[in-house]
Amino acid sequence: MRELEDGLAELRQTFKSGRTRNAAWRKNQLRALIQLIHDKEDKIFEALLQDLGKHPVESYRDEIGIIEKSAVNALNCLEKWMAPKKSRLPLLFFPAKGEVMSEPLGVVLIFASWNFPISLALDPVIGAIAAGNTVVLKPSEQAPECALFLAEFVPLYLDCKAIKVIGGGADVGEQLLQQKWDKIFFTGSPRVGRVVMSAAAKHLTPVTLELGGKCPVIVDTLSSPSDIKVTVKRVIGGKWGPCSGQACIGVDYVLVEEKFAPTVIDLLKKTIKKFYGDNPKDSKNICRIVNKHHFGRLHKLLKDPLVAASIIHGGSLDEEKLIIEPTILLNPPLDAEIMTEEIFGPLLPIITLNNIQESIEFINSRPKPLTIYAFTKDETLQRQIVSETSSGSVTFNDTMVQFACDELPFGGVGQSGFGRYHGKYSFDTFSHEKAILQRSFFPELEPRYPPWNDFKLKFIRFGYKYDYFNLLLLLMGLKK
Amino acid sequence: MGSEEEKKVFDEEAASSLVKELRASFVNGKTRSFDWRVSQLKSMLKMIDKHETEIVAALRDDLSKPEHESTIYEIAMLRNSITLALKEIKHWIKPEKAIFFFQTVKTSLTTFPSSGEIVSEPLGVVLIISAWNYPFLLSLDPVVGAIAAGNALVLKPSEIAPATSSLLAKLVGEYMDFSSIRVVEGAVTETSALLEQKWDKIFYTGNGRVGRIVMAAAAKHLTPVLLELGGKSPVVVDSGINLQVSVRRIIAGKWGCNNGQACISPDYIITTKDYAPKLIDTLRNELEKFYGKNPLESKDFSRIVNSNHFTRLTKLLDEDKVSGKIVHGGERDKTNLKIAPTILLDVPRDSLIMSEEIFGPLLPILTVDKIEDSFGIINSGTKPLAAYLFTNNKKLRQQFVMNVSAGGLVVNDTTLHLAVHTLPFGGVGESGMGAYHGKFSFDAFSHKKAVLYRSFLGDAAVRYPPYTRGKLRLMKVLITGSIFSIICGLLGWSKV
Repeated sequence: MRELEDGLAELRQTFKSGRTRNAAWRKNQLRALIQLIHDKEDKIFEALLQDLGKHPVESYRDEIGIIEKSAVNALNCLEKWMAPKKSRLPLLFFPAKGEVMSEPLGVVLIFASWNFPISLALDPVIGAIAAGNTVVLKPSEQAPECALFLAEFVPLYLDCKAIKVIGGGADVGEQLLQQKWDKIFFTGSPRVGRVVMSAAAKHLTPVTLELGGKCPVIVDTLSSPSDIKVTVKRVIGGKWGPCSGQACIGVDYVLVEEKFAPTVIDLLKKTIKKFYGDNPKDSKNICRIVNKHHFGRLHKLLKDPLVAASIIHGGSLDEEKLIIEPTILLNPPLDAEIMTEEIFGPLLPIITLNNIQESIEFINSRPKPLTIYAFTKDETLQRQIVSETSSGSVTFNDTMVQFACDELPFGGVGQSGFGRYHGKYSFDTFSHEKAILQRSFFPELEPRYPPWNDFKLKFIRFGYKYDYFNLLLLLMGLKK
Repeated sequence: MGSEEEKKVFDEEAASSLVKELRASFVNGKTRSFDWRVSQLKSMLKMIDKHETEIVAALRDDLSKPEHESTIYEIAMLRNSITLALKEIKHWIKPEKAIFFFQTVKTSLTTFPSSGEIVSEPLGVVLIISAWNYPFLLSLDPVVGAIAAGNALVLKPSEIAPATSSLLAKLVGEYMDFSSIRVVEGAVTETSALLEQKWDKIFYTGNGRVGRIVMAAAAKHLTPVLLELGGKSPVVVDSGINLQVSVRRIIAGKWGCNNGQACISPDYIITTKDYAPKLIDTLRNELEKFYGKNPLESKDFSRIVNSNHFTRLTKLLDEDKVSGKIVHGGERDKTNLKIAPTILLDVPRDSLIMSEEIFGPLLPILTVDKIEDSFGIINSGTKPLAAYLFTNNKKLRQQFVMNVSAGGLVVNDTTLHLAVHTLPFGGVGESGMGAYHGKFSFDAFSHKKAVLYRSFLGDAAVRYPPYTRGKLRLMKVLITGSIFSIICGLLGWSKV
């Protein structure tokens, strides 16, 4: 605890010294981060393989590539982001200048989760650094090799008096939460999100919570075979592609019309085989389950007899290797845990509906998810989905890709969280937007001051309405 | 319509069923319609126009607020807010196009071709808890934002301004859509009952102590909060300025704003030892011009709101190490809850008056050797809601802007930024989180939903297993390479 407080004091001191404020320091840190992931790419691949059985292509696509892209984007845009934004002022205040300037919040705490232990750790760090803060990064202990990697190499490349990696378990997390931070950025489960926000409340620390939820895929009945093929590939790519379903924006379940379901299921089975081979449990192209605890949790979901009866593909598990093969279920009971809790694993329930329109009501009767996916060419349905459902985001005709878009805010709503990041939103989430009004001494407006009288009252009434004409008349004595 | 329900005790059960009712209304889509939002805003405008006299009377009851202050700071500002919302709402509700610039096309190559937009949607059912010092404005201004953004809402006015609270309950009940907009009056019990419920957003104006309680209650439901709190807003007064104008602006911001009981009122002054005498002289002169020789009899400022705060403030003045530092004023009238404009010089930094937000008509002046030393003093405290500087020195101004962290800064004036709707109004650190006014109010009560439209075309096989070394190479190039290297990569000429 003492060590932690000393470390924190050092970060405060660094921030106070002003070092992190200038653009040159921030750019150097971003460049150093890029250098780190270039130099140590193999070590990162190795750590991800150990922690999650993640294949290098997946690791590059979802972790290293994301960080590189983010850091390069931040480098390119930094000056633009740092520049104050001019605000237009009403004439009444002339002459005056108004602007909004982004300033760093100070010392920030970032909690990373275990499923994308490199990108979900370093992507917020990029935002925090770009905004000029000092940082404590707490990687998840459930991805221990990645945590070790970060603890070892981040101090070697980045300014270790400004950016610290503190590893450990829940006890370390608790200790960190007792301190006073200028911002806390948390990626993880809603349960822990509540704990983080409660702790933050004691110090009035603003928080960004990136949580989860059950992200549905609405699959409309499509006619073109190539569209159906692409749809199925993308659904698989959004389910088992990212960390074997252990992803906050991973596909959780599918909603499809009853008559279309067989087509989809058939193609799903075929494509899974194409991607993962005849024995997917042996495939190197799919992650394993992170640990025994989550393996047990997922296994339990399948143990419910009614759920087990609904398995139509896969279902086999390897407890030793912590692998569950891609599993599809058809219409498991809606009150079973597999349909009430976020699955976060390689089990895909398919829920059939009479009419695809019912998917909207289905989604709305459940907590707001982090994202909604919909494969449809029907523009009316698209409009309905956007205006009648609520989620962090909506992606049409694809899965996962919104994560890589720096121009789109990434965050939740309701139970899936609040606050957002990526691109400039990362910079903003770690900044205070300070309003600045600059006035001159001349001219002076007498009516602002007591003693009050009717003239002054009239003046102010017209002033507030920006009714310059009547103001003028009043001033010229032409209005009573 | 509303008054009968108020007679019953508003407990958790009542709060829960209220929220249920409002949620049902929201789910029906009523508040989302453009017409509904516009009609509610227009009703609000009508409400103010027809009842201005009553509003001024309630404010006089609650705070002895002069008619002119009520008119300027409460009624006119609110009217402005509503008029602006009515004018701009059609722009605010439009989705924002997300432009994928060319230089990011390469990073968006895995997402190309596609188009994106950011859609504003209402959060749902929101709770607005207001304060007692500008009880009318601070209740309805956030309501304007909530309505413009399409939410259903509950307003909880402060019980410390009871006349305004009951007037609000009556008027809102008469003029606004009862199915979606409610006022709940009461104190701790009622507020606690409300805070137990699940809201889609809570907007709180008040102090840090209760702010913490609100945020902790919100945490149970993962409800986002906007907290408009306070702090000690400092005024740094440099030499070489138009002193008379500066002093008048300080007085207007201090005693002219609810007699110092305002979150962005100048709390204390920092100036150089050399300049202080001149400053104090000018303050005395201008104060007399504004409020006469016997300020306790002047009708031109608010009283202290109640005896609790009166006692709190006199305690600040009577502290041993402080009472001898009064250089002007200090007179009080307990019966009428009035304290004369009081200036103190060089009170100790660890005195009570310098440790908490004053929120009253007492103005300590601290002196320093060099004016630059003032920044250290300000930064040694918690971040205030506002900070002011009077100077003609460009370098000092730049230093101030760069080094002083506060919700908002004003140079050569006080409190005015509150009235500029193009500037976000909110705090940082202990002075709060989130901002509002103008479009920022609309945004505060909206969820900005990212919507990405992809085409079925343009599928990159590189995305899917089986993963190969070749795919890895290609992926690297796609994500981070230049257009040239991408073409090379796609043609199989990559050396990566």
